[in-house]
Amino acid sequence: MLTIELFFEQSLNGLQQGVMLFLMAAGLTLVFGIMHLINLAHGSLYMIGAYVAASVTQASDSFTLGILAALVAAGLTGMLLEFSALRRLYNRDHLDQVLATFGMILFFNELVKILWGPQALFLSTPEFLSGTLEFIPGAPYPSYRLFIIGAGLVVALLLRHLIIHTRVGMLIRAGATHREMVGALGVNIDELYTIVFGLGAMLAGLAGALAGPMLAVEVGMGEKILILTFVVIIIGGIGSVRGALVGALLVGMVDTYGRAFLPTIMRELLDPASADTVAASMSSVAIYVLMAVVLIWKPRGLFQAYGS
Amino acid sequence: MFLSKIIGSDASFRTKIVTLLGLLILFAVPLLANLFNEPFLVDIASRILIYALVAVSLDLILGYGGMVSFGHGAFLGLGAYVVGILTHHSYEGTAVAFLPGDWQGTTQAFVQWPLAMILSGLLALIIGALSLRTSGVYFIMITLAFAQMLYFFMISIPTYGGEDGLNIWERSEIPLLDLYDAKSFYFICLVLLLLCLWCCSRIVKSRFGMVLRGCRQNEVRMKALGYPVYRYKLMAFVLSGMIAGLAGALLANHTEFVGPGLMHWTRSGEIMIMVILGGMGSLIGPVLGSATLLMMEEVLAGLTEHWMIFLGPMLVLIVLFARKGLYGLLIGKGTDNG
Repeated sequence: MLTIELFFEQSLNGLQQGVMLFLMAAGLTLVFGIMHLINLAHGSLYMIGAYVAASVTQASDSFTLGILAALVAAGLTGMLLEFSALRRLYNRDHLDQVLATFGMILFFNELVKILWGPQALFLSTPEFLSGTLEFIPGAPYPSYRLFIIGAGLVVALLLRHLIIHTRVGMLIRAGATHREMVGALGVNIDELYTIVFGLGAMLAGLAGALAGPMLAVEVGMGEKILILTFVVIIIGGIGSVRGALVGALLVGMVDTYGRAFLPTIMRELLDPASADTVAASMSSVAIYVLMAVVLIWKPRGLFQAYGS
Repeated sequence: MFLSKIIGSDASFRTKIVTLLGLLILFAVPLLANLFNEPFLVDIASRILIYALVAVSLDLILGYGGMVSFGHGAFLGLGAYVVGILTHHSYEGTAVAFLPGDWQGTTQAFVQWPLAMILSGLLALIIGALSLRTSGVYFIMITLAFAQMLYFFMISIPTYGGEDGLNIWERSEIPLLDLYDAKSFYFICLVLLLLCLWCCSRIVKSRFGMVLRGCRQNEVRMKALGYPVYRYKLMAFVLSGMIAGLAGALLANHTEFVGPGLMHWTRSGEIMIMVILGGMGSLIGPVLGSATLLMMEEVLAGLTEHWMIFLGPMLVLIVLFARKGLYGLLIGKGTDNG
């Protein structure tokens, strides 16, 4: 039945999924907006974050240490990738970027399989977040999910502050619009790009670490969220961080509401057996339909990126 | 270069030599398999031909039209599902779901295969009409997303196996031919591939093909010249989807199984790798690419379970240092598009 409590709970779920998608999309869209690079390996950084966080948390019994380790591991891997291969691809065709980063996905998936084995890891939520909070009487909500929502919103605010009010942010914005000019003014563009890439990688690592206690940590988890992230940044407008936030929340909400409410709605209209099938297929394609609708309306996404 | 001393440096002459050699090898495969007593060879070779067919279809829009479609697995998968679903109903004696009336499917290739092409073409029309409104990186991601949508859609339909896919209990039937015979099947694939290559080579040299190649090089100029660029590109996209659908129908017969995995985006990625590895914008390139990638998989998988760990970095190196592909290496120049 549709109750106000259920609706409230699903809205928070949607918000939480949106926040996770935002953490992924922000990095991907920054890297595209500034370096014009499509990085399919972004999902691999998420996976690395999840695996490292899971291992360190299990070994040290500290969730905080796990998250820190994930940030460091994903950030370093990202910067290493940028330094060794990806910076050669900035001026190349998007096709080359897709292929090279696709190769990296194959590599990382196999590497993780060798290091951690093919079985999925399961992580329990940290003790201080394992309870529930009761916002509305009769609708307890897991505090871990609230923690994710909070963490995501804090990151969004920090990112906004970084881009608008700091020197690095100013250089990032300038680099997106007038790359040569910024270089001519004596800024080390290569270094700036490595930093931006590392930042995006850390956000992906953070998303992976946070996802650990909620999902199975397994090979291929990166690709699942990568495709959703693509949908998010297409809707938001590639290169726009604000667009990434709006797109992520939209996708998170539509996906969650679809899965939660479509079966109920369909059962009102059809017989139970076919209702479930129809609802399942409708909810699995809902976000893609959303994307198609946005594109028909605005082929370049909802928001414009810096410099375009 | 050593090679150029033997066969001269004239590119068109070398193209002829490579083509002839290729044809010779393709026709000799069943003989060689007999000679070495390795019947499995014909099986692998059929797989190579089928993937070559998809790769050629992708090359038509990627290499000649400049459309980086990252969702070609969708058309391959749909073609395969058409054969799978029709066979499934014909075998079970049930009516095809989601259709009015009670048509119980068929195993006749002359119905199945054209239907696979038509439906894949229709899908390409829908995806293309939406995706071609955009370009560049948007196009890549949107084609990818639509293919994923189809992938999840097939997973969510339990009638047709959902995540497990469908087993195909009977291969398609062609009068007078036995598709269960590995050699007949191989030659059917070969004839269809050659037919497709011939058609595509006519297409790219035609006025239509010229416009398409013009779009790749400078779309704004083509628009300024008054060509309805969108319609030309959409037409090419649909053609490409149809060929991929045919390949899907063949693949379903070859593996006697269809599953959503055919539509997964890693499959689309593999097809794209074949085109790039072989050399895009040259119809022979994708065939070379398909053969190389599948044989490499076969060899590496024999050596180690973790062969992907070699394939990945190899791909990065190819992209960074060997852009012209195998065809470029053999012919000694870039693509037909210069």
